Amino acid sequence: MKRHSTFLALSVAIIKGFVRDKASVFFALIFPLMFLVLFGGIFADQTQSKVDLIAVGDVSLIDDLPNDARAAFDETFDVSTTDDLAGALEDVRKGDADVAVEMAGETLVAHYTQTDQVKAAITQGALRAFVDGANVAASGAPPRFAFEAERVEDDSLSTIQFVTPGLLGWAVAMSASFGAAATLQGWRQSKLLRRLQLAPVSTRTVVGARVAVTIGIALVQMAIFLGLGAAAFGLTLTGSWWMAVPTLVVGTLCFMALGLLAGALTTTTEGAVNAANFMVLPMAFLSGSFFPLDAAPPWLQTLSNLLPLRHLNDAMLDVMVRGEGPAAALAPIGILAGFAIVVTLAAARLFRWETA
Amino acid sequence: MGAAIEVVDLAIAYGDLRAVDGVSFEVAEGEFVGILGPNGAGKTSTLEMVEGLRRPDRGTVSVLGRPVWPRNPDLLRRMGVQLQASAFFERLTAREQLRTFASLYGIAATVGDEWLERVGLVDKADTRVEDLSGGQAQRLSLACALVHDPDVVFLDEPTAALDPQARRNLWDLLSGLNDSGRTVVLTTHYMDEAQVLCDRVAIMDAGRILQLDTPAALIADHVPDGTLEDVFLSLTGREYRA
Repeated sequence: MKRHSTFLALSVAIIKGFVRDKASVFFALIFPLMFLVLFGGIFADQTQSKVDLIAVGDVSLIDDLPNDARAAFDETFDVSTTDDLAGALEDVRKGDADVAVEMAGETLVAHYTQTDQVKAAITQGALRAFVDGANVAASGAPPRFAFEAERVEDDSLSTIQFVTPGLLGWAVAMSASFGAAATLQGWRQSKLLRRLQLAPVSTRTVVGARVAVTIGIALVQMAIFLGLGAAAFGLTLTGSWWMAVPTLVVGTLCFMALGLLAGALTTTTEGAVNAANFMVLPMAFLSGSFFPLDAAPPWLQTLSNLLPLRHLNDAMLDVMVRGEGPAAALAPIGILAGFAIVVTLAAARLFRWETA
Repeated sequence: MGAAIEVVDLAIAYGDLRAVDGVSFEVAEGEFVGILGPNGAGKTSTLEMVEGLRRPDRGTVSVLGRPVWPRNPDLLRRMGVQLQASAFFERLTAREQLRTFASLYGIAATVGDEWLERVGLVDKADTRVEDLSGGQAQRLSLACALVHDPDVVFLDEPTAALDPQARRNLWDLLSGLNDSGRTVVLTTHYMDEAQVLCDRVAIMDAGRILQLDTPAALIADHVPDGTLEDVFLSLTGREYRA
């Protein structure tokens, strides 16, 4: 009963210390959310924009398209009309339009630039197809071959699906390691650590309170990320997403241990937080928190697999958005737990009660 | 009255430096004892070993009849310590600070609030510790050391870096500490402080206790027409130490 209330009082003291520290709250919650909004909101609709087409004069081929064909044409082209060929060519040259077309007798002439090669290819291919279609229609014979497009759901994920687990992993890594590093340093500097040593409270209770608060913060981060992702950016979680909770808890312990190591290696609070940042930020890039590493060279992939955040991110991607079963997270959880134990032992060896 | 604190042949070295080198003394129950000495004399190291924070290379310490090493939670419950005025939980207010320390000792939060009044910090109850003045922080730190009504109190330079007004204000609080039979040990640089507060004074230098007696006896023995400061200077020398 008594130990219970001591644990509670310490946890409350630590939570108040965290909530009242604007910088901590910013880096734990607001800063990663800014990235989520950036990736989820701004880069989400990054599809190829339409081709700007200027029809010069009377382009019967386009004007006389039947309704359904015209609709298909408008999917690819944004059509504007003019009578001024020179002006239209100038627009294409300056990049204000992608292509200018005119009829020279029975021939459709397209003036385009090669600046954007993808658009140039789309333009040529699409216009040729429409001319071919018009030829077939003009011959009066029924078309012999038909074409139908069917979309296949591919393995690649939409932006929000991909970035949410990775950014959450980065956010938790940051707040867990910064929190542990700053607490250890701050308490050591102020001699609070020594003072607690002279209070009838066990090390287990003190460490337990700090761990409980950090895990609580990680779960709040998760709730906010998933809530905002689902509400604002169309994030859809797959079946075993709940498995991300134990994964995140073990990941939190792992990054707390890294924070303790940073705190043990340094002599000031600023130094400890900087050291934690020095470990976590490059790791976030190398672990695919911001962008997928599929295209990275093999040596980078190998390096990436040595980092705990990579395994945290992979496990959360698997269970949260890739639809894998709960078992997919077991191996990464084991790896994270191993990291946590090894790093904690290293931090404990380097631990000092005082900054001598 | 028995001895509240018994220290026998205490010694600790940091590398080649023999910080404390064979210190023995006893403090009776209800006694107020000061440890005086220049910087680096070994005052704080001695106090930390007596509190049980530091394991001595040699010698034994018992407080209230029990060894302080290894750490003994039952004994810690009867000891109050003030290490330095910054040993607080970050960003908590004065009231929250006292309540948290109270709960570490299993004491009701209301007792913490009473202590706010006793050290005159009621109007600073909702001020965060970072925003307290030096004297206010020292008073709060003292209250945190006393909140569980300990039998033995250790204070490490409780008036360091305070202006004369704040120092005298703190003396008023400290002088009543042993009235109810409580034992107090403090370290200090200030001779006038030791003379006013302490029943007996130990003068330390180079890791040893040079003299341990009442201020009056020390003055009578060494510099009959002087002050404790003259005694101190005659024992430890006048040369400047960096």
